[in-house]
Amino acid sequence: MIKRNNNLDKNKTINRRLFILGTAKVGLLGLITSRLYNLQISEKKKYELLSDKNRFREWKTPPKRGVITDFYNNVIADNKRVYQVHLSLDETKDFNNSIFKLKNIINLSDDELSKIYEKKQKIKPWDTIVVSENLSWEKFSKLNLYLHEIEGAKPVLSTSRYYPYSNDLVHIVGYVGDASPDDIIKNEKIEKNFVPGLKVGKIGIENSTDQILIGNYGIKRYEVNSSGKKIREISYKKETQGENLRTTIDIEAQKLAQKLLENKAGSICAMDIYSGEIIAMASSPTYDPNKFTYGINKKDWNEIKNNKLRPLVNKSIAGLYSPGSTIKPLVALAALEYGIINPNLKIKCKGHDHPYELYGQKYHCWKKNGHGIMSLRNAIKQSCDIYFYEVARLLGVDRLAIIAKRYGLGSKVLENIFSEEKKGLVPSTKWKKQVLEQSWYLGETVITGIGQGYIQTTPLQLCLMTAQLANGGFKIKPNIIYNSNFNYEEILSKIESEKNKPSKANILKDKNINFYEKLYKNPKNIKIVLDAMYGSTNEQFGTSFRSRHVDKKYRYAGKTGTSQVRRITDKDRELDLDTSEIEYKNRDHALFVAFAPYDKPKYAISVLVEHGGSGSKAAAPLANKLIKKIIDRDKDREIIRKEIKII
Amino acid sequence: MIYSTLNSNYSFVDKLKSVDYFLILLVLIIGAISVFSIYSTESGDFSFYTKNHLIRLIAFFSLFLALSFVRVSTWYRHAYIFYLFGLLLLLLVIFFGISASGSKRWINLFVFNLQPSELMKIAVIVCFARYYHRIQSVDIESYKYLLQPIILLLIPCYLVITQPDLGTAILIAGSGIAIIWLAGLNIKYFIYSGLLLLVSLPFIISVLKPYQKSRILTFFNPERDPLGAGYQIIQSKIAIGSGGMHGKGFLQGTQSYLEFLPEKHTDFIFTLFSEEFGFIGSILLIFLYALMIYRIIKIGFSCRSFFAKLYCFGFSTALFLYVFVNIAMVVGLLPIVGAPLPIMSYGGSSMLSIMIGLSIVMSCKIYSREIISN
Repeated sequence: MIKRNNNLDKNKTINRRLFILGTAKVGLLGLITSRLYNLQISEKKKYELLSDKNRFREWKTPPKRGVITDFYNNVIADNKRVYQVHLSLDETKDFNNSIFKLKNIINLSDDELSKIYEKKQKIKPWDTIVVSENLSWEKFSKLNLYLHEIEGAKPVLSTSRYYPYSNDLVHIVGYVGDASPDDIIKNEKIEKNFVPGLKVGKIGIENSTDQILIGNYGIKRYEVNSSGKKIREISYKKETQGENLRTTIDIEAQKLAQKLLENKAGSICAMDIYSGEIIAMASSPTYDPNKFTYGINKKDWNEIKNNKLRPLVNKSIAGLYSPGSTIKPLVALAALEYGIINPNLKIKCKGHDHPYELYGQKYHCWKKNGHGIMSLRNAIKQSCDIYFYEVARLLGVDRLAIIAKRYGLGSKVLENIFSEEKKGLVPSTKWKKQVLEQSWYLGETVITGIGQGYIQTTPLQLCLMTAQLANGGFKIKPNIIYNSNFNYEEILSKIESEKNKPSKANILKDKNINFYEKLYKNPKNIKIVLDAMYGSTNEQFGTSFRSRHVDKKYRYAGKTGTSQVRRITDKDRELDLDTSEIEYKNRDHALFVAFAPYDKPKYAISVLVEHGGSGSKAAAPLANKLIKKIIDRDKDREIIRKEIKII
Repeated sequence: MIYSTLNSNYSFVDKLKSVDYFLILLVLIIGAISVFSIYSTESGDFSFYTKNHLIRLIAFFSLFLALSFVRVSTWYRHAYIFYLFGLLLLLLVIFFGISASGSKRWINLFVFNLQPSELMKIAVIVCFARYYHRIQSVDIESYKYLLQPIILLLIPCYLVITQPDLGTAILIAGSGIAIIWLAGLNIKYFIYSGLLLLVSLPFIISVLKPYQKSRILTFFNPERDPLGAGYQIIQSKIAIGSGGMHGKGFLQGTQSYLEFLPEKHTDFIFTLFSEEFGFIGSILLIFLYALMIYRIIKIGFSCRSFFAKLYCFGFSTALFLYVFVNIAMVVGLLPIVGAPLPIMSYGGSSMLSIMIGLSIVMSCKIYSREIISN
């Protein structure tokens, strides 16, 4: 009985206890269910998002740059297919080992090797490192042979910037390189489209038109696993190529200009006198922009940097020179416009024995024996200094400054395209007072009349000045990037019909003049100056007579200039050395400005040869050759212009 | 007397008749789900884990069927030997055990590595069922009978904790305490020991291994170390949560497929299942377990002997404990302590112990009329 009772007792207890346990179990299962409900139903969105964040990773792909062409559709900055090798860090277990193997196969130099390690420090552990940006086909195929042995290495077909005319255009087009932190901060477009490996313009047009040339990056979305390894591509928004860009340059003219300056330091600029299109803008010496695409090596860089002729300086826009006698047409024009002189004013040039004197200071003409009695036309033609000393004195520097500025001196020609472009300097009494805090001396006016002293110009400014004289005295808008909105015929006919009419406005005040408006007061004065320039080139005793074209088609009018780089002493005058006998750095700069064809002007040109000696010997002959080339190409240019318009 | 004749003479047909086919069906369904889940952890590749798991499932399921025909009285008679055998194996681990990721839990049996602590989970239930079978209810509260089971429980728990394996130790202790509870020990003892546990908590924490401490701290705030200790729980919650109502579909679980999920074939198998089959699938699986537990309790009720009853109730509670701890762990309700999900998780020892446990349940069913004398 006891046993039976006991068993009944125990059974009763166990059932009761089981019931309590069962209740607890049901409660706990309810807890789990509600937790699951909470996770999977209430907060599903949140966890879905987190899951996607886990599994998707985006890689940006660099956009292709727009192509730059010259006016004739010749590609001057291209995208070349290149063979590269990349190393995916997420697929590389032993980085050093992979790099070592790569080094042996594609012959990496120690310099390149240290650059790779440097790069590796900067990137994320799942990123890709570009081991070599430009492999030869031989190395690339060799690499493909050994590829399976190198963990993480990937042969990649990519594009990179290539400049087919290497040295000929570097000062205009510039070059590209990796975006620096500074580039990213400064340029919004770069900031928005920054991708590792993006190349951006460093100087020149490449730099100033990054906004247009850089396309939009692509996005490759991959599914990745927990260690960041790419599993598959989910989507690919393709990158877009930047817009193409047409420049106004004629590559043939540019090549010739560059060739004419070979082994010299200097600049040649050529411009359409109506559209302001820059046909050629050469600067010498030059260098190869292709070397910069992958980062230039030390040796090449030092060679460029230490060259005494300063290849890095774009002399056409950043070289400042005294204009010398090339300013004389402008001085003459100013004096005529203000009615200071009439063309028949005669002044006698008596040679070095009887120089021009002012307050005891002597001013010599370049010609030892003197020019004799000079009229205005002859003074320009033969470039008599004595005549212009007197004209300048009568005119005064401030009036000269107004006219000089009006025709393009003292301000940037291309404004925003080249960051290194210089303004130059057109001195005035006000300027001297403000900047140097000194009074102006009349003697300084006198030498300004022959383009010496404070006055500083760039070769492109001289070209613009000549263009604006040659087109009949109209303000033009110089451009190196083709402007499709410019209506050539309309402007041309406007200028043609206005050409002979005097200006109604009070033009002699220092004021701003709109584009394609008259810069002159009386059109006769322009004609006098242009005619004198014709004489200078096409008549005997003209300073550039020896460089003339006989053929009417190429006939041009010009003005030589020889600018001193230091003061000429009496001793120098006594020695009267030939250019070749003077130390290079003391030789005069040779200048020449011209426009062609004379009968129906269309192009203006300026030539500068640093330390080249006299303008007539060193500069004018170069202009002769280039003018022929440009006029020969004119017909094609107009055909192209029409074609572009149709498009 | 009728009973005693029945005791000795069960015809084979009788035995087959009394087999609980519903329980077998449940085991098979969960077994099948487990194979597909393990298959999914290998991204739909029928290779190493899936193969092994399938082989073990077949082998241990057969063992379950075979052992079901062992008389429940035999289990009763050898209960202490089973316990001692388990203890012996735990001691062997100390000397001959093989280590993996910082803990020494396994004995190499050539066919597979046996984890004696898993067997101990069942051995403790069997041992306690026998122990309380013979004790009169009036004696339960005497200190002698109170102390003995505590010692019997502390020894294996201590051995398992030092391996170290906190999860299994807790499960062993949990099943033991469940049986003591079912046997009818006065509630006040449970209240007292609960209070004692609370008071001694700071001390317990101080003796925990650094990684165990970090796991517990991480449980309260997984974000404190999202890539280290908190990683598992964060990723598990992401996987389950992103599964939503219907799940991402079979073999479509991105979290596990892309290896964000740690230990996906063992402790986190439920996470994978839940990611792929969603809320509905999860509830269904939990329901299957609940059904199994219910079935075992039902068998318990049908048993005449106190031993069988106590065993069935005890085992059902233990089974519930395993399932609850595992799922609560992966959904972030409990700290990660390392407890497999019965049948679902990859792992031979866990599967073996569950199958042995189930076979004793089945034996209780087949020999339900057997009376075991003291």
